[in-house]
Amino acid sequence: MPEAFLILILFQLVGSALQTVLHLPVPGPVIGMFLLAAALLWKRSRTRTDKAASSFDSPALSSLSRSLIACLGLLFVPAGVGLVTQMPVLLANGLPIAVALFGSTLLGLMVTAFVMHKATRDRPSPERIPDTGGQVL
Amino acid sequence: MQSLSHTLHQIYARFLPEPNMETLFWLSVTLAVFALGVRLQIRLGRAPWANPVLFAIAFVALGLLVTETPYATYFQSVKIINFLLGPATVALAIPLADSIRLVTRSLPAMTLALLAGSITSVVSGVLLVLLLGGSHDVALSMAPKAVTTPIAIAITTQIGGIPALTAAFAILGGIIAAMIGETTLRRLGITDWRAHGLAAGIAGSGIAAAQVAQRDPVGAAFAALGIGLNGLVTAIIVPLILYFLPG
Repeated sequence: MPEAFLILILFQLVGSALQTVLHLPVPGPVIGMFLLAAALLWKRSRTRTDKAASSFDSPALSSLSRSLIACLGLLFVPAGVGLVTQMPVLLANGLPIAVALFGSTLLGLMVTAFVMHKATRDRPSPERIPDTGGQVL
Repeated sequence: MQSLSHTLHQIYARFLPEPNMETLFWLSVTLAVFALGVRLQIRLGRAPWANPVLFAIAFVALGLLVTETPYATYFQSVKIINFLLGPATVALAIPLADSIRLVTRSLPAMTLALLAGSITSVVSGVLLVLLLGGSHDVALSMAPKAVTTPIAIAITTQIGGIPALTAAFAILGGIIAAMIGETTLRRLGITDWRAHGLAAGIAGSGIAAAQVAQRDPVGAAFAALGIGLNGLVTAIIVPLILYFLPG
């Protein structure tokens, strides 16, 4: 587990360093994510397996990552509570903000999913969302 | 109400004099309220509208108001939670690497969907604010709101919006996408995790991605890609689109 945590932190560090040095418009952790994915794929192509096998591509790394992703929502709470500092502007422009946030988010979701849906229809995914009769998650 | 909040503040100040006790207190409150929110969501048939992030933010914000605690003090207490956001973002590489075959197979479709979704988000956000009489500052701050918060702040600084406002919009937009995304897309007959994941990553960044990632690893992989690629595309198209904006 300590090694797994070290891997995540190291890739975040390298990502952040690259962002600073190259003045990239993308945050360090996101660059780190792309780098780690590339490293995992490179490692797996050499060992010719799809499963986590040895060295840094370990079961510990995937279980730590699963735990972190499972509580991803919690990690947004500290920044989210920062909304309290923006109350005056939010209230002064309440209607345009509410309509634009709802409308634009909804449109963005629908357009992205619709285009993706249409463009992948000839090759359906093996995994579909089970129909639970309106009850989701 | 004023005297009640004053009394509560006095009780709070008397029982929590040590700074590190205050830190532990707000850390506990945040964890407990989020855990309660998750239980509540499960109790409500796992309804996406019962979003635990929104529940926790509303409850903690109310707590800060009642105890008259400044946001800076609170943030200092929960810094450790905020810190984990970095490693958790890097961790999205694992579902991404695990589903790479599926991702490369739908690369052309993804490129199309990414461009369409990014442009729609930016243009509709800016236009809706201006049409409803919102200020120019608010419109500019709305432009990059679909992007993950750190990228959104970088973009808004570049175009002259208000960074703190953009952060607020990014978080609120993410919560909205997490709350209504799955139900809306299901109603349109879209039941493919690739489409759900990509849409969550592009329209709702991290918070909506968190909702999808809990449900399915393929959805998590496409959401991770959506967050990263949308950041790149939006950083390029926002200045281009605003160039044509009057005013």
